[in-house]
Amino acid sequence: MYKPTVWANWCHTDLPFCFAIGGMEDYMEHKNWNGFKGQLWRDEINVRDFIQSNYKEYTGDGAFLAKATERTDEMMQKVQRLFKLERQMGGVLDIDTATVSSLTSYSPGYVDKENEIIVGLQTNRPLKRGVNPFGGIRMARQACEAYGYKLSAEIEEEFRYRTTHNDGVFRAYTDEMRLARRCHVITGLPDAYGRGRIIGDYRRVALYGVDKLIEEKKKDKKALESQVFDAENIRLDEELFRQIDFLGRLKEMAQMYGFDISQPASNAREAVQWTYFGYLAAIKEQNGAAMSLGRVSTFFDIYFERDIENGLLTEDGAQEILDDFVMKLRLARHLRTPEYNELFGGDPMWITEAVGGMGEDGRTLVTKSSFRMLNTLYTLGSSPEPNLTILWSKALPQGFKKFCAKVSCDTDSIQYENDDVMRPIYGDDYAIACCVSAMKVGKQMQFFGARCNLSKLLLIAINGGYDTTSGIHIGPQMPVLDGDKLDYETVMERYNIYIEWLAKLYVNTMNIIHYMHDKYAYEKIQMALHDTAVERFMAFGVAGLSVVADSLSAIKFASVKPVTDANGFVVNFETMGDFPKYGNDDDRVDLIAKEMTHKFISELRKTPTYRNAIHTLSVLTITSNVMYGKNTGATPDGREAFSPFAPGANPMHNREQNGALASLNSVAKLSYDDCRDGISNTFSITPDALGHGEGQRVDNLVSILDGYFVKNAHHINVNVLNRETLMRAYENPEDYPNLTIRVSGYAVNFNKLSREQQREVISRTFHCAL
Amino acid sequence: MIGRIHSLQSLGTVDGPGVRFVVFMQGCPLRCGCCHNPDTWDFAGGEEYSAVQIAEKIERYKEYFGDDGGVTVSGGEPLMQAEFVHELFGLCSEKGMNTCLDTSGCVINDTVKALLSVTDRVLLDVKYTDPELYIKHVGCDYCGVLNFLDLLEEMKIPTVLRQVIIPTLNDNEENIQRLKAIADSRSNVEGIELLPFRKICSQKYDNMGIAFKFGHLCEPDGETMRRLNEIL
Repeated sequence: MYKPTVWANWCHTDLPFCFAIGGMEDYMEHKNWNGFKGQLWRDEINVRDFIQSNYKEYTGDGAFLAKATERTDEMMQKVQRLFKLERQMGGVLDIDTATVSSLTSYSPGYVDKENEIIVGLQTNRPLKRGVNPFGGIRMARQACEAYGYKLSAEIEEEFRYRTTHNDGVFRAYTDEMRLARRCHVITGLPDAYGRGRIIGDYRRVALYGVDKLIEEKKKDKKALESQVFDAENIRLDEELFRQIDFLGRLKEMAQMYGFDISQPASNAREAVQWTYFGYLAAIKEQNGAAMSLGRVSTFFDIYFERDIENGLLTEDGAQEILDDFVMKLRLARHLRTPEYNELFGGDPMWITEAVGGMGEDGRTLVTKSSFRMLNTLYTLGSSPEPNLTILWSKALPQGFKKFCAKVSCDTDSIQYENDDVMRPIYGDDYAIACCVSAMKVGKQMQFFGARCNLSKLLLIAINGGYDTTSGIHIGPQMPVLDGDKLDYETVMERYNIYIEWLAKLYVNTMNIIHYMHDKYAYEKIQMALHDTAVERFMAFGVAGLSVVADSLSAIKFASVKPVTDANGFVVNFETMGDFPKYGNDDDRVDLIAKEMTHKFISELRKTPTYRNAIHTLSVLTITSNVMYGKNTGATPDGREAFSPFAPGANPMHNREQNGALASLNSVAKLSYDDCRDGISNTFSITPDALGHGEGQRVDNLVSILDGYFVKNAHHINVNVLNRETLMRAYENPEDYPNLTIRVSGYAVNFNKLSREQQREVISRTFHCAL
Repeated sequence: MIGRIHSLQSLGTVDGPGVRFVVFMQGCPLRCGCCHNPDTWDFAGGEEYSAVQIAEKIERYKEYFGDDGGVTVSGGEPLMQAEFVHELFGLCSEKGMNTCLDTSGCVINDTVKALLSVTDRVLLDVKYTDPELYIKHVGCDYCGVLNFLDLLEEMKIPTVLRQVIIPTLNDNEENIQRLKAIADSRSNVEGIELLPFRKICSQKYDNMGIAFKFGHLCEPDGETMRRLNEIL
């Protein structure tokens, strides 16, 4: 239970760091670190070392978990009422059109001040959205207008004299980049909105307090003095100034809520609150596409266990703190335009929290708080946010595996990623940004790059540099490949020319975008919560992989006759005979898909990136598979013009003939080495197909996940549900206000998808009982 | 050895324990009124594969099988291609994969005995416990399946008895009691599974232009299934 007395002394102003003489060395010891072990993390900013030195692995089952307290139930009812109101208002409850969102620009907001355990809202009222025009003023303006609001004259006026990220990008874009964008061969680029996909190490705020973080950044800035002041170092020097400035504002923001966060957190509630303040500052400052949380559960567990051991906290109390924290995360919102929602349906924030995984020393990183985090799906009900992501390893404790599988069967709210393929690359303190993008917390970040449309590119290649859907000539200009039958070798030779062309254009476009984002919409607080010497990825993506694989398979194994229009351009195909289809564990086509990703990343690597970022590639579409399809003509695989692609790396809808595992095997063949930014697979299976009764379903799902990941697959979304449920929800949305499903690397509230997106989700393969 | 295969299903969770790869053999001599796979009857249908080919396919799924799963051969009637299934199960056993046979038990001969020697588990479909119903709706003698069960006991093969519950024919307590008695008197029977009669296959009959003999009967309701299961 929530015991106010426990927290009585949690705003301390007394002396923080004392220097004690220990042999030859000085070391710092803070009284709030009482009982913690280890040294390295005291000497340097190193949350991983703190975790490794102090966490207690938990190998049991979920029987210890507490239910929601009365307070939590009441609070959640208030939150549910707010959600209902938001739905009734058309998806946006309120917009503050007169304030530019930042750390201290709103007075403190509360849901129920007296009863909240974790406090802090993005604006002064729950679900009221702020405007953030730094990514682009046009986007902010349109988003306001879409919901019947008008951006204030003051903001409009102020931004007449400011350069936004969007302004900067369009000053530099070449004609060809604009064409590529307009014909949708590259789409969803973060050139008009915040790029996101950066995870601040929010835990640092709790472990060290902000003063220590400022001190370290000042040292880094000082160290630059001896360097040559070239463009790179001047930029870094200014960035450090801005980081330090925003760390100061972070303290001010917390002060507005009555908390001094200059010092380390002294107990579990503070640890969660301090960490949340770090995250809250990030989402006040940035409206990035994906604003992920990182990997906090096991970090929190150390504080929970210390307080429980000291008799300051009960299991109910620990769950209650996490419940209140998760409620705050569920209330997080950004203001988006309807066009944006077409790409990223369901109003997501991707508050991704990575749970579980194994340590490099062989101990599991599963703690009781890994269970507690998942338990919020029961204490608070199922929900798409936070985007709970299980880092799965064959070596995870059986009790945890079963609990995860049960949560999947009960809630359809969680996803799984392969710790055994990521840990060797990222170590054991990485997290997931957005859906499937791994990075070391506080040490690596990425430049998000949406994706290009590989299927459309194939059609452009066949038409010798002409896009029939937009009527745009683009890329190398060549004769149309027509005739009676497309020859596989000829098509591949041609396709490779266009892949090479697009890869270079794509890298250059991304370079401009991220140069400008750093310049005009730099993530001050998030980067302040990274090491100064950060490693960067540039994350490219492909859409339509299964369509391309099947199309090339059709050209190779069946007979494909191009059909031309009056102008001689190929607008359709007559495909005769059968051909292997991706999703049936048939190497003849699966290896075409694999080779395609290999070819594409190899080509991308040939063009250098901004800030020497490492090229990575994802096979992920969010919900843009519908939009990508809408902009793509008929393809040789028999897919009709303008119809949706399959999401991510999924086989095309209902082309799987050999059952669920064959489909999984096909996806597992894609190489994580080629696709280091993730390979997303969304898997829907009916309860009956998973076995009789809960016990069998849980055991079978564990076996399936073990098998899939042993085959080095990267990611899977699991839905255990019947198509009929979705059809009923489609017809009677009001009966299913909280129906959550996994779509593509994230979960959504089904009702928040567009009708078109809903229909596409319903048409996907559901693996059924025989 | 070449076999005729109706289809392959990479994920089966209802035909034997755990996650299983299911091979549906082509061809069945029985004409059960409740059959939901009439497309497996014709001995000339299906596709030909060698046992080695099928075993290689199955092996691609070994990682999913966990401790309990493996391969199940169903049909059609697998005993009609016992030599093929014998070779297949032998190959699977060599590779450490658990083997399960889903059968009506309508054939006993030396080839079948050889097959059973490499079979880890049997799902035996005891269609009726009333000899008259059995001969009427299955087309062969009730003794056959009991003899087969005796053979399984003699060979110490763990067995689950299965029965499709069909309203008006066997949805009664006496039948379940008889089934239970059969199970109780055999040391190798590990359990009884009652499966509700389902009519989703009627489309298949329509497409094939043949009559669905039990098309006029109802599916059992949940309450009936619960009541009968309680007796067990």
